[in-house]
Amino acid sequence: MENAATKVIVDRTVAVQVTDLHKKFGELEVLKGVSLTAREGSVVSMIGASGSGKSTFLRCINFLEMPTQGEIEVTGEKVSLARHKDGDLHPSDRRQLERIRTRLGMVFQSFNLWQHMTVLQNVIEAPVHVLGVPKAEAIDRAEKLLHKVGLFDKRDQYPAFLSGGQQQRAAIARALCMEPKVMLFDEPTSALDPELVGEVLKVIRDLADEGRTMILVTHEMKFARSVSSHVIYLYKGVIEEQGPPAQVFGSPASDRCRQFVSGSH
Amino acid sequence: MNWSWFPEYFPLLLQGMWLTIQLLALSMVFGLIIAVPVGLVQITGPRWLGAIARGYCTVMRGTPLLVQLWLLYFGLGSVFASYPEIRQSVFWPILREGYFYAVLAFSLNEGGYAGEIMRGAFLSVPRGELESARAFGMSPWQVLRRIWLPRAFRNVLPTLAGETVLMLKATPLAATVTVLDIFGVILRVRQNTYLTYEPLLLAAALYMVLTLIVTQMFSRIEGQVPSRR
Repeated sequence: MENAATKVIVDRTVAVQVTDLHKKFGELEVLKGVSLTAREGSVVSMIGASGSGKSTFLRCINFLEMPTQGEIEVTGEKVSLARHKDGDLHPSDRRQLERIRTRLGMVFQSFNLWQHMTVLQNVIEAPVHVLGVPKAEAIDRAEKLLHKVGLFDKRDQYPAFLSGGQQQRAAIARALCMEPKVMLFDEPTSALDPELVGEVLKVIRDLADEGRTMILVTHEMKFARSVSSHVIYLYKGVIEEQGPPAQVFGSPASDRCRQFVSGSH
Repeated sequence: MNWSWFPEYFPLLLQGMWLTIQLLALSMVFGLIIAVPVGLVQITGPRWLGAIARGYCTVMRGTPLLVQLWLLYFGLGSVFASYPEIRQSVFWPILREGYFYAVLAFSLNEGGYAGEIMRGAFLSVPRGELESARAFGMSPWQVLRRIWLPRAFRNVLPTLAGETVLMLKATPLAATVTVLDIFGVILRVRQNTYLTYEPLLLAAALYMVLTLIVTQMFSRIEGQVPSRR
């Protein structure tokens, strides 16, 4: 599968490596040189106020947003980038980009399930049509995952008939069915009613317990503290504080971080 | 009321009905084939291509269908007829028929109207659903074929149903270029019998029946995917 032209640096322990990422929207620089290393089996949480750039950062990892500067490496493969006329860096090899995206399971704040498909169809869509998994095998895999997230009985429902929590769990199953190397969560509970947050967090916690590699952007401080192996506090596009959860939440060096973690729950 | 002509013209009327259905089906199919790219390039295409598509819609929607049809049939048709190469080609049996120009004019016209509808339809699909498709590694073509297009189509099915009914009721214009569709047959009845009301009432009834069939078909398709809100 590896493109011979792409330089492959094999480092099994690093799943995602982002180096010195900058992102400008016009004159506004929302990310000012953010780096992140997610090793296999680790859970990296990104916290910070709205507008701190944490979602933008996550969306840059799979190029839903194009970075202005920086490097991104997924499972040891560096994404080849070229300067686009809009001033940002765009992936220069579409096939490489698509291949790398299949290794990153993205879960969105607003679920983004395909409304014209049932839950099961949503889950098998990309495995069948992108990875080329035989349909019967994909259904088998999907049904197991739907069991796991507690939605097996809803598999033939359309997303519009599910609650927010159910939709998000379906979206997690959809991402898992790609058997990604890394899961990316973009504020997965922010669009949910408070009473539905728990069911989604439980699923995410189970994944962490299984040893899945995850990068999680969240406002759920307690959850981030208990589930993460590494926490990054972002302030106005810069890493203000980072380290093990006990340090970032318990004894942060930065005053801003201390204020943020004590004031937000 | 004088219906004594009816048995004699019944077989011709059946043929006329079949021709009307053909005209409608072909115009809608070709019209939509035109409409999809016309709608799409206005959203994602390069600016100059979008401008051409927009201009096309404006012209097709801004001029009478009858004028478009006659320009093609009497204009383009006579240009074709003036080239011996075309007259002797295998396509001439098609190119000399009014039927061809009717399908051509109706398709181009429908392409303009439906192109505008499809533009809105593509825009109506939530950005996030396209993003999630891309995030799972779909190519631009897969995103279009698996997610964007089917979602867009379903969003505008009711509008397209209305559009099809309007097109059905525009098909009688084909009778002005010698096509013996329902209306063409009715005109012949009128010429031969000097009757006014009976044939026209029958024409009205037949178009009404076809309209009901079309709306039934569309509501059946719409019912296949339940939606909420």
